[in-house]
Amino acid sequence: MAMIEMKQVVGGYGGAPVLNGVDIAIDNTDIGVIVGPNGAGKSTALKAIFGLVKVASGEVLFEDRPIANSLPDRLVPMGLSFVPQEKNVFTSLTVEENLEMGAFIRRDDIRDTLDSVYEMFPPLKEKRHQVAGELSGGQRQMVAMGRALMSEPKLLMLDEPSAGLSPRYVGEIFDQILKVNAAGVGILMVEQNARRALGFASRGFVLAGGKNLFTGTGKELLADPDVAASFLGGHG
Amino acid sequence: MDEIIFLVNKVVISGAVLGSIYALGAIGVTLIFGILRFAHFAHGDMMTMGAFVAFLLAALVGAMGITAPVPLAFVVLPLAVVITAVLALLIDRGFYAPLRARGAKPVTLLIASIGVTLMIQGLIRLVFGSGTRNMYLDIEDKIIFRMDFGWLGGTRPLVLSQPQILMFFVTLACITGLHFFLTRTRMGKAMRATSDNLDLAQVSGINTQQVVTVTWLIAGSLACLAGTMLALDVNLRPDLAFNIVLPIFAAAIVGGLGNAYGAIAGGLLIGVTEALAVFNWTAVLRPFAPYLPFGMELPANLALVPTEYKLTVAFVILVITLLWRPTGIFRGLST
Ligand SMILES: Nc1ncnc2c1ncn2[C@@H]1O[C@H](COP(=O)(O)OP(=O)(O)OP(=O)(O)O)[C@@H](O)[C@H]1O
Ligand SMILES: [Mg+2]
Repeated sequence: MAMIEMKQVVGGYGGAPVLNGVDIAIDNTDIGVIVGPNGAGKSTALKAIFGLVKVASGEVLFEDRPIANSLPDRLVPMGLSFVPQEKNVFTSLTVEENLEMGAFIRRDDIRDTLDSVYEMFPPLKEKRHQVAGELSGGQRQMVAMGRALMSEPKLLMLDEPSAGLSPRYVGEIFDQILKVNAAGVGILMVEQNARRALGFASRGFVLAGGKNLFTGTGKELLADPDVAASFLGGHG
Repeated sequence: MDEIIFLVNKVVISGAVLGSIYALGAIGVTLIFGILRFAHFAHGDMMTMGAFVAFLLAALVGAMGITAPVPLAFVVLPLAVVITAVLALLIDRGFYAPLRARGAKPVTLLIASIGVTLMIQGLIRLVFGSGTRNMYLDIEDKIIFRMDFGWLGGTRPLVLSQPQILMFFVTLACITGLHFFLTRTRMGKAMRATSDNLDLAQVSGINTQQVVTVTWLIAGSLACLAGTMLALDVNLRPDLAFNIVLPIFAAAIVGGLGNAYGAIAGGLLIGVTEALAVFNWTAVLRPFAPYLPFGMELPANLALVPTEYKLTVAFVILVITLLWRPTGIFRGLST
């Protein structure tokens, strides 16, 4: 039994479907990485899990419960959390307020979680009363990921967490993702940094044209000459 | 000395009073725009509606023979605020929410709110007639405080009416309360988050329906306060606040749409500037008349803008602000 499962999902934004039968399955111990060319439907696949894109057919299961077309206000309390690709911080709120908003659904004491996020990302503690819009790209990405962790999710979905970051920050964000996963949180992420991400992925999915082109462990995909030829060429 | 007192009476006090009313209205406009992304044209009429609710309650309480040291409209204000807030929410549920549910564009909602304007004004005229009414009951007098500045050589008093003083404190309390709500409470922060980035707010699990409800309750409450104050300061009419909806929108835009603090600043700025613009400077300049070059005389009215054109002041401020800072003084949302 997988923690999150998409079975032959078809869906899109109202016009012609963008997803034409996507299959994804990962466990809570897994790091799943979705790679593929621009416009392949990677972001759309994550959004389909999170109820932000209409699922026309196929199944989405979280811990064996069907969640297709459920809205985030139901999904977040179930243990799903999502960091969108763009506009993923509240720019006019302070760092701490951003984190508090991630914990909106919680009614218990959030201070321990807040401390653990600050421990993961020390720069955020320093800047906790600063408005998020004033932070650098790397620090914003930390805020975005921290916000998503504040609900204490079982599954963390990240859309290109390393996009636009300097190499130093890329390493730092990836390290933190590994740590979160080691603490028992399933990870499903989209990455442009395909070679590097597949290097630590336990599950890899190559999407193109809204369909799975290849599926396997990260290592299998890296070793596959077809995958290498078509998708790993340009990227480091 | 008299000239200074006259200036304070006409500019500082009237400007601050008008500015507070604009500010309370503009906060509602700006919050609604921030959360629902449409210009709530009926906001002025929501203020008028609030004033009529207070008027009705005051008349009821007065009929029961109750008296108080402040105008009865003031005594019933808390209840009027609650009723108006609920009415505001019902208007949303009845007219705007169904449109939103169908994914209506902001301009559709704007037009719907013009419909709500006509409806509220029509209903008020139907029930209360179209004449002017006094917010004070027959037995009540507008209490006026006159501060004597004889010891400074003035012969005219500084005039403050009781509603002006009450209004000052109510506005202060509202702004403080709102600030506390927006920066310290979970729901207040969620409101700012939703206004900042609706999609991310939803993704975070924020109950945006609840945020919309709270927004209408706050906007309706402040509208009732502002409308009642305005009616106490001038008179109650079916088009009471419809006439000031334009400066209210200007205040919200000047301050930066979506930003409550901006709305307060914008409201006060426009209120005081309007008062300055229509102020008759002759009165202040009169002591200098003997020093004018031979043959020159002070005109009887030296106002920068004739009172009839007072509305243009808000527009001039609006245009200047938008040229200088397109998103408003406090960097609001761009549309
Ligand atoms: N909000 C939207 N409305 C309509 N079509 C959309 C929307 N977002 C994306 N699309 C379309 O869906 C397709 C897949 O987009 P998606 O964002 O999922 O690609 P992606 O694989 O994440 O690409 P990238 O690597 O550029 O992030 C594209 O053709 C895009 O034009
Ligand atoms: Mg994408």
